[in-house]
Amino acid sequence: MPKRADIHKILIIGSGPIVIGQACEFDYSGTQACKALREEGFEVVLVNSNPATIMTDPDTADVTYIEPITPEILAKIIEKERPDALLPTLGGQTGLNCAIQLHDSGVLKKFGVEMIGAKEDAIKKAEDRKLFKEAMLKIGLDLPKSGLAYNMEQAKEIAKEIGFPLVIRPSFTLGGTGGGTASDWQEFEQITQRGLSYSMISEVLIEESLIGWKEYELEVMRDLKDNVVIICSIENFDPMGIHTGDSITVAPAQTLTDAEYQKMRDSAIKVIREIGVETGGSNIQFAVHPETGRQIIIEMNPRVSRSSALASKATGFPIAKIAAKLAVGYTLDEIPNDITKETPASFEPSIDYCVVKIPRWAFEKFPKADQALSIQMKSVGETMAIGRTFKEALQKGIRSLEIGRFGLGADPKDEYEARSKSPDFKTEISKKLSTPNQDRLFYIRYALKEGFTVEQIFALTKIDRWFIQNIKEIVELEDEIKGSAMCPELMLKAKQFGFSDKQIGHLQGSSEAEIRGPRINGGISAVYKLVDTCAAEFEAYTPYFYSTYEREDEVRLSGRKKIMILGGGPNRIGQGIEFDYCCVHASFALKEIGYETIMVNSNPETVSTDYDTSDKLYFEPLTIEDVLNIADKEKPDGVIVQFGGQTPLNLAVALKKAGLRIIGTTPEAIDIAEDREKFKVLVEKLKLRQPVNGTAFTVEAAKEAANRIGYPVMVRPSYVLGGRAMEIVYDDESLEYYMTHAVKASPEFPVLIDKFLDDAIEVDVDMIGDGETFVIGGMMEHIEEAGVHSGDAAMVLPPHTLTKKIMDEIRQATYALAKELDVVGLMNVQYAVKDGKVYILEVNPRASRTIPFVSKAIGVPLAKLAAKVMSGEKLKGLGFTKEIIPPQISVKESVFPFVKFPGIDIILGPEMRSTGEVMGIDVDFGRAFAKSQMAANSALPMGGKVFISVQDSHKEKIGPIAKRLRDLGFEMIATKGTAAELRKKGVESEEIHRISEGSPNIIDLMKNGDIKFIINTPSGKKPRQDEVKIRSLAVALGIPCVTTIPGADAAVKGIDAMQKYGPEVRPLKEWHKALQDKLRQ
Amino acid sequence: MKAHLVLEDGTHFAGEQFGAEAEAFGELVFNTSMTGYQEILTDPSYKGQVVTMTYPLIGNYGVNDEDVESSKPWAEGFVVKELSSIASNHRSRGTLDGYMKKYGIVGIQGIDTRAVTRILRTKGAMKCVISSGDSDVKALLEKVKASPGLIGRDLVKEVACARPFDWPSQPGQKPEFTVAAVDCGMKLNILRNLNRIGCRVRVFPAAATASDIMAVKPDGLFLSNGPGDPEAVPYHIKAVRELRDKLPIFGICLGHQILGLAFGGKTYKLKFGHHGGNHPVMDLRTRKVDITSQNHGFAVDIDSIPDKQMELTHVNLYDKTVEGMGHRELPVFSVQYHPEACPGPHDAEYLFDKFAGMMRENKHA
Ligand SMILES: Nc1ncnc2c1ncn2[C@@H]1O[C@H](COP(=O)(O)OP(=O)(O)O)[C@@H](O)[C@H]1O
Ligand SMILES: Nc1ncnc2c1ncn2[C@@H]1O[C@H](COP(=O)(O)OP(=O)(O)O)[C@@H](O)[C@H]1O
Ligand SMILES: [Mg+2]
Ligand SMILES: [Mg+2]
Repeated sequence: MPKRADIHKILIIGSGPIVIGQACEFDYSGTQACKALREEGFEVVLVNSNPATIMTDPDTADVTYIEPITPEILAKIIEKERPDALLPTLGGQTGLNCAIQLHDSGVLKKFGVEMIGAKEDAIKKAEDRKLFKEAMLKIGLDLPKSGLAYNMEQAKEIAKEIGFPLVIRPSFTLGGTGGGTASDWQEFEQITQRGLSYSMISEVLIEESLIGWKEYELEVMRDLKDNVVIICSIENFDPMGIHTGDSITVAPAQTLTDAEYQKMRDSAIKVIREIGVETGGSNIQFAVHPETGRQIIIEMNPRVSRSSALASKATGFPIAKIAAKLAVGYTLDEIPNDITKETPASFEPSIDYCVVKIPRWAFEKFPKADQALSIQMKSVGETMAIGRTFKEALQKGIRSLEIGRFGLGADPKDEYEARSKSPDFKTEISKKLSTPNQDRLFYIRYALKEGFTVEQIFALTKIDRWFIQNIKEIVELEDEIKGSAMCPELMLKAKQFGFSDKQIGHLQGSSEAEIRGPRINGGISAVYKLVDTCAAEFEAYTPYFYSTYEREDEVRLSGRKKIMILGGGPNRIGQGIEFDYCCVHASFALKEIGYETIMVNSNPETVSTDYDTSDKLYFEPLTIEDVLNIADKEKPDGVIVQFGGQTPLNLAVALKKAGLRIIGTTPEAIDIAEDREKFKVLVEKLKLRQPVNGTAFTVEAAKEAANRIGYPVMVRPSYVLGGRAMEIVYDDESLEYYMTHAVKASPEFPVLIDKFLDDAIEVDVDMIGDGETFVIGGMMEHIEEAGVHSGDAAMVLPPHTLTKKIMDEIRQATYALAKELDVVGLMNVQYAVKDGKVYILEVNPRASRTIPFVSKAIGVPLAKLAAKVMSGEKLKGLGFTKEIIPPQISVKESVFPFVKFPGIDIILGPEMRSTGEVMGIDVDFGRAFAKSQMAANSALPMGGKVFISVQDSHKEKIGPIAKRLRDLGFEMIATKGTAAELRKKGVESEEIHRISEGSPNIIDLMKNGDIKFIINTPSGKKPRQDEVKIRSLAVALGIPCVTTIPGADAAVKGIDAMQKYGPEVRPLKEWHKALQDKLRQ
Repeated sequence: MKAHLVLEDGTHFAGEQFGAEAEAFGELVFNTSMTGYQEILTDPSYKGQVVTMTYPLIGNYGVNDEDVESSKPWAEGFVVKELSSIASNHRSRGTLDGYMKKYGIVGIQGIDTRAVTRILRTKGAMKCVISSGDSDVKALLEKVKASPGLIGRDLVKEVACARPFDWPSQPGQKPEFTVAAVDCGMKLNILRNLNRIGCRVRVFPAAATASDIMAVKPDGLFLSNGPGDPEAVPYHIKAVRELRDKLPIFGICLGHQILGLAFGGKTYKLKFGHHGGNHPVMDLRTRKVDITSQNHGFAVDIDSIPDKQMELTHVNLYDKTVEGMGHRELPVFSVQYHPEACPGPHDAEYLFDKFAGMMRENKHA
């Protein structure tokens, strides 16, 4: 069937900010879809609130809205744009839910918008647990015993009938939010309560527990002619009971016979037909009993998903792109397979390698969170590795994780020797094996080394014996390497088992370099093979490579000038999609000016690892060894390390030593910025100002320094990222605690102590330079005071309270630093302004997290320009020589994963904890801020009751805020002290009991839905239990809660603006045009 | 133990032996199925061939008693990247290694099977040897060159049954049809499928004559898959030619080629054949695409069949080769691929039902 001629304009909804369960995979899929549809001549209207996406680049879609993804806003956009169709299946759960709401509210009908890809009834049939169950029974598929409950009574009835253990799962939530497993009544009630409140329709499914069964996923595609193909099968290493997003997964399935696989395939085809997903990709999950083979269907996602991104990268089959084409009427056989060119997309990829995906968690940021892995996803990112064997892929995957490991143990971080001395080691191992956790993989190794059998480990973990056996073989080879001289056979085998030179060196008592040199001289080097969708049956044209140690190398070298771009590896807190965005831009920019671009990355969710993005893609870990291997082959003319965040930056010096040309700011300059002592010298030389600081190796020295500097001080270990283990310390006692508990200071790793600038305004500056010309890209004023990590703070561009004098001082300081560091490329500086004085907090001579936001705010692709500059072009030639100060206001707000970690405190601090960001653009601060809150899923209330409780030092400032809230029509509820203070300021408030004083207290009111807004600043350094309870309940119930005075002030401005004007939508192009107009004046 | 794989073009791969210790010759082909090695090994059509699996991890789920397509493995040898040292599946009854030892089949592992595949893809299927132990590679190459190829060689007689036998319908089922099936190396799942559509089957050896077959008064004739060159079984072609307008006929794979020859057409050898479970085949009448199980090295040249008697019904979307044909008047049709799957997708199972329909119509006509 040819493409449809009756639709012209298509609306695509993105997935919004990066959150746990919904990461950059939807930027990848959405971007692919936009490209695919525009290629076919359709006009694409795109909505996404996340500026750090390629899809929101001005040239990805025809019309781009960086606006909140809410039904209200979408309705306005639809009214304005009048699209013919809405493609709801590419924006994750957010996009899908929003589309359903637009349908239910009649908006789609009113404006004649057709849902393509999946219709509302198909979506509902798949998403609504009850309808899904009925559909599955109808086609004869086996399901777990289950019942639906809408309240606690019903839930208990069902639980009695099925019996414990049970799984409780709310309908219509993302990544299993609010779900859990229960083996007794207490657990059951707790989880059910939570589940009911999280579900969009207050519905939970109570289900027979299948914990320990094998878990599988199939990625399925269907076209309008009812052709169905399976793109990829995925076997979960971790069995049922651990969310697939938290499981190590392997493609293709490893332990199913063909008969069993075909049975699953048949079921999947039946499912997609019965559910009625018309076109595009779906993800279907199955459980298989390990001893009987009984197959059970778990769920279907009627849209592209995290797993489909993985499947696309694992096979080379671009699911989202094809899904988009199918949605507009093409059939699979009409679409060519890009990779082979000659064959069509109506086939099932055959792969001739093994793919391993490993999740990346961020528990170090949430030490109080429950770290056990369960049916609710907790990981923040993932890495994928390709090898010719599972063993090879697994070890590559581990060293891609960016957790300082170089494979499955046997590396400098290996703790086996030390731990095995503990008498309880075996007990500990058993415990760690039976309760799933992020270190389980390493405990399997410990177990094997301690003599546990495959069977014993299987009994404890229910991980398939095949996987454990393979790990056992790795461990056995480790022992062999340790005990022998490295003959060529052993070396080859070690490399084929995925051992890194670092590990081999560790086992052999030599350095990485001492292994690498002789190995290569001995003729054992990595070869690269193609990911080609067809197991070499046809010639492949897209250069998408992975390394292995075998006979044949398939790399085809070109004679062109080439630049290698190092990506950022797995998403984690502090290093997310923003860096991938920059890498992608670098690639696009350098392609534009004639370079061959070579991308190296290991993150399957990203646009950078789309085989279409760069001229060549190497899906590899970002370690020195792996990068040098590629460099040996490709001999690039330059390497870019400043775009992928800290990961590639950490390799800079070693790469340079190995003879590679690092383009842009030199590794030496980077080092000056990162080395505290060198930086201090620089600051003094430039006569700039830093907070008073000191360095301490011992507790005593620390106390001495802190007293000299004066409390409060900011303490942190040297060399950390994203504010890891940073704390504000107020007295000797807490300093001592910090020095002995939080970090263990040592001669090697001193603790850094800075004067903490309280009540200071923090400012972020992004700058671009070419060595001659330096231009500020954007200056952002933080809304929260300094002390809240810049990655967590909301920011406004241009600054809205700073004086011109201060801003000019900041500009001068930035230019001085840039000149001195001879910046070629990007640089980010953080300042704090206190009492009219400007202090430098830190300089990052690289792309920062805010580059995409700034680029979109000023309408200039900074990362692209930077890449060009790094390759030798000049800003003058590129036409960017003057700072742009936009007439409109852009606000960046951060999004936090607190809802996934029930009970933890949400107070912001110097340790970054946000996973993503959104952008609000509007003509004034109030409206822009209000939009950013709406986009961040905590829309400001327009009226109702506000609960106010602030610390003593804030009581002065809360008065005016409360007054304005009252004038805006809110009613105040406050705790005693705050109430008294408000009364003094002439604001009446309803006084309420402390929690400890009994009911009715604030908790009751919140649960009743009486509270619409909370202003609660922490009462002291150590928050009281009461407060934590209130704040974490606010998160669970979705009540907007601000924890800082500036935040509250901004909220009031936002509410005021929204009450006056209401939200309005405007495409990015119009904002940019306004900018251009202003520039021309 | 070491082992060597030597190709006719002189390429040599060293690897590790598994299965039986032996020296085995055959045409080297690659199969792109990611599952189903036991079905592949036991498919009689692989007689005369050494199979390379493109999927690198083989043996993971062991072997069992059910997933067999005949009484024993027939492939001459097996080339893999990594043999699993354990068998992990609830149905497993042993390891692949043990199974191949038992049936005397040599395997070689540790091979860059992707490199092998790329050689075959560019140069075409070629003869090879797998030899266990420390062999002289030069001497092996000479032996490979001297070994027989597939063209003109009757491998069917080595795999077909020696005398006719009955494959009764399933217990409790009243058979609707009697089908005569000529066994050229028939896969068991064909018989299972014939049962499914209500047939009792009389299985004949490939050498059966037309009158042997007509003697059981069948409602339909089934022509099976089998190894090697279809032109090498003239006796079977002759029988089919005599029966071609007497009965509803359904042919699969070799059976499809035999039908082409029986109607006066020609067959030819493909460069490296089709072996796998992912080929898209379009039914030209419905324009729908099935994902098919494939295993053949020869193909029918449909234009060579006189008087355009056969209509092209199915085409391979990879290389546009003939995947199915149907007679314009007679109830005769065939497919090149494997609707019986095993291994592979079940998309085309409906063809057996179509055969049943034909027999039903013919019976009542
Ligand atoms: N009945 C069950 N018993 C045990 N574990 C289950 C059960 N149902 C689901 N799970 C586990 O929970 C995870 C999440 O469930 P799923 O239905 O896939 O929801 P989501 O929408 O979050 O992906 C699954 O990956 C699986 O490991
Ligand atoms: N001396 C200080 N006074 C007040 N706040 C500070 C000070 N130093 C750092 N901070 C806060 O801590 C955050 C993180 O510190 P920073 O040095 O930027 O570390 P990172 O490398 O993690 O970005 C900053 O964004 C700022 O809010
Ligand atoms: Mg799921
Ligand atoms: Mg910082």
